[in-house]
Amino acid sequence: MYTQAMDTMAKEAGVAKPTLRSAEELAAEAAFDARIDAGDFIEAKDWMPEHYRRTLVRQISQHAHSEIVGMLPEGNWITRAPTLKRKAILLAKVQDEAGHGLYLYAAAETLGTSRDQLFDALHSGKAKYSSIFNYPTLSWADMGVIGWLVDGAAIMNQVPLCRCSYAPYARAMVRICREESFHQRQGFESLLTMMTRGTDAQHAMVQDAVNRWWWPSLMMFGPPDSESPNSEQSMRWGIKRISNDELRQKFVDATVEQAKLLGVTMPDPELRWNAEREHYDFGSIDWQEFWQVVGGDGPCNRERLAAKVKAWEDGAWVRDAALAHARKQSIKEAA
Amino acid sequence: MSHPESGPSAGPPQAGPHPLGGSTGVPAGRGADMSHEWPLWEVFVRAKSGLDHKHCGSLHAADPKMAIQLARDVYTRRQEGTSIWVVRSDQIVASDPGEKGSYFDPMEDKVYRHPTFYELPKSLDHM
Repeated sequence: MYTQAMDTMAKEAGVAKPTLRSAEELAAEAAFDARIDAGDFIEAKDWMPEHYRRTLVRQISQHAHSEIVGMLPEGNWITRAPTLKRKAILLAKVQDEAGHGLYLYAAAETLGTSRDQLFDALHSGKAKYSSIFNYPTLSWADMGVIGWLVDGAAIMNQVPLCRCSYAPYARAMVRICREESFHQRQGFESLLTMMTRGTDAQHAMVQDAVNRWWWPSLMMFGPPDSESPNSEQSMRWGIKRISNDELRQKFVDATVEQAKLLGVTMPDPELRWNAEREHYDFGSIDWQEFWQVVGGDGPCNRERLAAKVKAWEDGAWVRDAALAHARKQSIKEAA
Repeated sequence: MSHPESGPSAGPPQAGPHPLGGSTGVPAGRGADMSHEWPLWEVFVRAKSGLDHKHCGSLHAADPKMAIQLARDVYTRRQEGTSIWVVRSDQIVASDPGEKGSYFDPMEDKVYRHPTFYELPKSLDHM
């Protein structure tokens, strides 16, 4: 799915501390900057500035956590999918999210942080995941809207990350983007089916889902550029390529047109085409709500984290048993 | 020895010479208790018969059999492969990125190893 790490970490991480650095270190950093400027990819074992490494660990791990926690709102509907076809599709999608989480954890681990450390950070609440997954999935239409809007926003965010300067992350993103396209399309198609062949009640259900997910989807792009202090450094390093506001606008312009095809409206009275800008103008986002959800007080924060921790703890004996079995087998083989 | 990328003991260059020889940015206490973490494996997938196996990523698994099964689920959900290799990440020996220049650059000036180095008469252009 997607990460807001770049922005939400800003407060904690701050800017690189101005420590005394040796001539060698300055030279290494200059060489690193030159590689970035030349569009070179950085590999796991290449020298990199400490702040670059830390920024990436945060961003990639938060991205991974988002994929994993993102399974929960959708998992909620697997047993209640309306048909076997929709159930198979939803299962495949949720399995993809697990896979995306694993690609990303592996990429984060190349930076020298262990999987257990990454999990610890999530389970202890130290690490964040995308704010969007702290909203409840109340109806079947939410599955379609998540595919259309949430995955749509994620794709818009993720495509530029395929050119991220850190190669293991970029490679994971290429794989993820290739798979994510199905997520968005199945969501739209599911909604289109309900809107064109459904009952009035089903139309209303879709519209209600759009009403609930529209604003949280716009928040997925993170705070406005004016309040995104880490962006400049991340742009410099080729970790971030396009600004939050620019991506958000792109998303609005694309989805408003798609909504017309569906026959739904966005819950924003100020939404209108601006011929001068050649973009849609839209109303102001409730940033207070955004920071509240990021800060742990969204509708489902506690529930999501508790479910994740429980799954991890309940699975402990399985992980231990698998290791014990593997050890026994290797002793047997050695004998 | 250093292995390609990732691995509980990999990440920042530890085995390989660090250009600064100083802090590698490894969080303190890392690796202190690795006994409960499944080992890391590198996954290689053959996309279709006739092609070679290509590295596609890594994963944690308790043993070889599980590594193959998980590799199938993680890396070939859409028929991306017809064959999988897995190998423990700590068993891979890799060249040292710090010596990339001295190791690979000597080949740079040996242009005579390429067919385009030789200018032949037009009539023989496709030799």
